[in-house]
Amino acid sequence: MKMAQKLLEISDLRTYFFTEAGVVKAVDGVSVDVDNGETIGLVGESGSGKSVTAQSALRIVPKPGKIVGGSIKFEGQDLLVKTEEDMRKLRGPKMAVVFQDPTTSLNPVYTVGKQLTDIISLHRNLTKGEAQKSALRILERVGIPEPEKRLKAYPHELSGGMKQRVAIARALSCEPKLLFADEPTTNLDVTIQAQVLDLLKQLQKELGMTMVMITHDMGIIADMARRVTVLYAGKVMEVADTVTLFTVPKHPYTEALLKAVPSVAQTQSLDVIPGNIPNLIEPPSGCVFHPRCKYAKEICMKEVPPIEKVSEGHYVACHRSRELKLEGKGS
Amino acid sequence: MEPLLVVKSLVKHFDLLERGIIRRRKVGEVHAVDGISFEIMPGETLGLVGESGCGKTTTGKVILHLEDPTGGSVMFGGVDVFQVFGKGGNNEDAKKLRRTMQMVFQNPYNSLDPRMTVYDIISEAFIIHRHIPKTRWKDRVYELLRMVNLEEYHAERYPHEFSGGQRQRIAIARALAVDPRFMILDEPVSSLDVSIRAQILNLLIELQQKQHLSYLYISHDLSSVRQISQRVAVMYLGEVVELAETESLYDKPLHPYTQALISAVPVPDVGRKTMRIILPGEVPSPINPPKACRFHPRCPYATDICRQEPPNLEDRLARGHYVACWHADKFV
Repeated sequence: MKMAQKLLEISDLRTYFFTEAGVVKAVDGVSVDVDNGETIGLVGESGSGKSVTAQSALRIVPKPGKIVGGSIKFEGQDLLVKTEEDMRKLRGPKMAVVFQDPTTSLNPVYTVGKQLTDIISLHRNLTKGEAQKSALRILERVGIPEPEKRLKAYPHELSGGMKQRVAIARALSCEPKLLFADEPTTNLDVTIQAQVLDLLKQLQKELGMTMVMITHDMGIIADMARRVTVLYAGKVMEVADTVTLFTVPKHPYTEALLKAVPSVAQTQSLDVIPGNIPNLIEPPSGCVFHPRCKYAKEICMKEVPPIEKVSEGHYVACHRSRELKLEGKGS
Repeated sequence: MEPLLVVKSLVKHFDLLERGIIRRRKVGEVHAVDGISFEIMPGETLGLVGESGCGKTTTGKVILHLEDPTGGSVMFGGVDVFQVFGKGGNNEDAKKLRRTMQMVFQNPYNSLDPRMTVYDIISEAFIIHRHIPKTRWKDRVYELLRMVNLEEYHAERYPHEFSGGQRQRIAIARALAVDPRFMILDEPVSSLDVSIRAQILNLLIELQQKQHLSYLYISHDLSSVRQISQRVAVMYLGEVVELAETESLYDKPLHPYTQALISAVPVPDVGRKTMRIILPGEVPSPINPPKACRFHPRCPYATDICRQEPPNLEDRLARGHYVACWHADKFV
């Protein structure tokens, strides 16, 4: 039987930033597979490399960042050898992104209508009138009231939740196969966050879209993603389906994250993860998590743990994963 | 036990001004805080939650008289705060009161002066209040740094040399420098990474027990509020809609807004699937808040009475669970 082709295959990606202070290894050997139609989660804190991974796949890494190694395949095609012109044709109809902050991702000097119709007419070869109609439909679809009026509005005239809906509408305007949602609700209030997450779920179902949900919030992961990749300091710590990751985590960082995050559902004693997020110019030796890991042994300081399979679809990069009994949540 | 802080019918309206030819004229009012009341006991943490624009930060600022109140009163340990800090107040009394009430802000990146060392930042309070002799300053700064789990050598450094979590520790040490009895914590962990939040929350809880502090913990993050507060007040458009013991509020919310708010928070747990209540629309403008019950345009249970008369915040079940909703008995 032939294996179904992956939609996106990132392997051993290395994206470094060449700053004056030194080389920041923002993404250092990250591999992520995405199947057609699924939602995967990339979870991590600031500096974990989750956003840079998405930027690399879209080839929009800001300077002084550069992809220095690894491969990125989309529908079997190698994205790293494509010209900028070819990439531009892919962005929009094939891959799109919703960023965290709609205030900076929308252009303040153009109306909502112009920002939508420009993209639509560029990629879909429609006349101005048709593009206008299409823009109207997509605004309706993301739940914007009075879409005719909003087409003429400038971003500053809209609330945060509305702006994020416009940003989603823009990303979806060419019906992409793959959507990167990079902390799409972090700046929004919880009730608005609920609306937007609900909208994303619904749109994904209707359009059969594949989604990469990038977030620091384990709650959003539990709610949205089928599979999860946990990143820390530019490296993959653990990969598993969501239920397994929460109930039988195999990496101490995953366990620590689950125990350090307060939950609205219960009051619990919080286990503190000591220390700070490491400096990526001089990352810790061996396992990047060892200075903060309560199970760290000598080997963890010396050798980088390889990523190993513990069961079907469950991979972990920890020297001690086999012997440790870690605690999960909500089994 | 007497409450330490009593806030009564606190009102803060901001004038909306329009530039005219000669002078600016008032064209409206933002109803930031509209008649809220609560008490905080010694050693207690009251959580104040709500979404952006609900007036929670303004409430904190008005209590400390960082903003002029429009109406209402705040009593702190039997002292009328607005009178002491107001126009007719005595400067010495104001200083004394200032020492007892402190604030920690959300963003430790702009609440610390980048040109001062940590030592200067913390000891500035000693210069102003002169409550300890100069010979003891150094020891006291070191002691404060240890209290927030920093090291003595950190005193000579500048804020930019620290991470977000460490900066927030410095901000806490600065607040503690005057031996306050009460601290207003305005989103103290919101700008921090998730693995750092627990460190700061646990530190705040530990300091409270050691120093017998009272906190007003202001946040939009319902999870951290649950973690730290004994009682919680929920604000919507300038009003408190529900106030109860933490467990009671989270496990049996009686106001439809609180129910929606709690259900909207994604739970980091795959074992429990709860139904999300999705509220239609967005929070209306506080310039022209809806009449009667301010939540009625978005409330799934609204009836005629909700559109006609504002509900009072009442202990409808006589068990210390206050709610401002005409239909609260439905949800018991």
